[in-house]
Amino acid sequence: MEAVDPFIFRLAIFVLAVFVGYYVVWSVTPALHTPLMSVTNAISSVIIVGALAAAGAAAANPANPFGKSVGALAVLLASINIFGGFLVTQRMLAMYRKKDTVDVKLKAGE
Amino acid sequence: MPADLAALLYLVSGIFFILALRGLSSPETSRQGNYLGMVGMAVAICTTLLFVKMDGTGFALIVGAVAIGGGIGAIIAHRIPMTNMPQLVAAFHSLVGLCAVLVAAAALYEPAAFHIATPAGKLKSLSLVELALGATIGAITFSGSVIAFMKLQGLMSGAPIIFNGRHRLNLALGAAIIVFIVFLTVSSGDVKMAFWIITLIALVLGVMLIIPIGGADMPVVVSMLNSYSGWAAAALGFTLDNNALLITGALVGSSGAILSYIMCKGMNRSFISVIMGGFGADASEAAAGASMDRAARQGSAEDAAFIMKNAGKVIIAPGYGMAVAQAQHALKDMAENLKAQGVDVSYAIHPVAGRMPGHMNVLLAEAQVPYDEVFELEDINSAFATADVAFVIGANDVTNPAAEDDPASPIYGMPVLQVWKAKTVFFVKRSLASGYAGVENPLFFRDNTMMLLGDARKMSESIVKALG
Repeated sequence: MEAVDPFIFRLAIFVLAVFVGYYVVWSVTPALHTPLMSVTNAISSVIIVGALAAAGAAAANPANPFGKSVGALAVLLASINIFGGFLVTQRMLAMYRKKDTVDVKLKAGE
Repeated sequence: MPADLAALLYLVSGIFFILALRGLSSPETSRQGNYLGMVGMAVAICTTLLFVKMDGTGFALIVGAVAIGGGIGAIIAHRIPMTNMPQLVAAFHSLVGLCAVLVAAAALYEPAAFHIATPAGKLKSLSLVELALGATIGAITFSGSVIAFMKLQGLMSGAPIIFNGRHRLNLALGAAIIVFIVFLTVSSGDVKMAFWIITLIALVLGVMLIIPIGGADMPVVVSMLNSYSGWAAAALGFTLDNNALLITGALVGSSGAILSYIMCKGMNRSFISVIMGGFGADASEAAAGASMDRAARQGSAEDAAFIMKNAGKVIIAPGYGMAVAQAQHALKDMAENLKAQGVDVSYAIHPVAGRMPGHMNVLLAEAQVPYDEVFELEDINSAFATADVAFVIGANDVTNPAAEDDPASPIYGMPVLQVWKAKTVFFVKRSLASGYAGVENPLFFRDNTMMLLGDARKMSESIVKALG
């Protein structure tokens, strides 16, 4: 038998990850659906790895570094998303409190 | 060897992301989950910086771009009011989409930078197809999210924009994209113009897909664009042979798809019918005239305060109107006041209340309402029968009994909060107009309903005053 095309391995990882995503996301409590959206937003900015490679690598044709410029712009956009996404999620999650903790805070005179 | 190590580290990063989502299964573990997500991102970025050969200008460019972008992101995250979360999420989706297009373009022009070039310096056909798909989905996500953002921000009307033959036009645009992808592949990526034409058509398609969808269907749109941004990332994960991108894209793609499904179920509509759009366009005019001949009973803040003070159990059902009026803090004060007088207060959240999944929960959390007082539709619906008061604030369609007993109603079959089973129903609303679905709510005219007409926040504040 000949060697398996690497594409098939990628496909396998992808398909299995879809299943993992399916089960993990169904177990997310509906109360946290908004933070779920903002955090998935932040992690999908992992596309920055492609942007970093494009911006960082030496241009094939230094006179016309198109890939580099496009990559740098993509790094900028993805950074907005990464910092914005994780921090706004953190801000939201910090607000979710249980009854006892809220009462304690109220009694503490906050 | 370094390439293998990098691939393993990307896998580690992907696993951190899975754990980040896993953390969201309960509010206690969610904060830790978010930190794991940050760690995963740090691993992915450091791996790339360590293993990609960079020149000096490249590194300087990256540091500058991260500093500027990160600064902007941090400021936005810090300043954004919680009521504007739907817009913010839509705006963030558009950035992911645009980023996917740019990375695809970079891969097309500089395949060597990604170590995906053939010895002849070209891209493999399969890579070209993946890259073009990534750019297509990315461009649709970008322009679609921009439209969604404008609708949510009020920069354009939330009303659906419909014209004849739009489905045929969309199909034609889709077909054209496929033709150009084939063209790009056959030319082994030499005809770069094909790539830009694909992107341009996809941008138009993104606009066309979102403009016919009305304001009330926005929770589905936002979830759907969330899903698209994931699939775009996954497509590029194939091109760049990157496990972190592949895994994350799959996670985000399925997450958005599940949220879309939950939102559609909450409205008892099929995903297709939401995508086709046009809901709530014609019905509103028909319903507007019909309500005039019946009288609704109106009450004052004092009436509401008196009845609720003497009630044993009050259930609050918030909706988009609460978000618009920023009434969550005043509402919380009212609930605290009632609780201090021995009233049992809880909150009932419909899955599609607001403009995005979980919108109401975040606003209540912001007002420091403990999350164990907030219940989902299926957990609390049976409790209305034993409640003395249902306090509906800024919600309408999600409480409409016509969804259960009027087969002719456009929202028939949609799961609704059975607020009418409570002894008394208060409706805080600005007017007697129908909701976003354009459907009249017969509940307004029932004997046990009292309308509290006015701004949601001012009304809540007046009730707090009257409670003393």
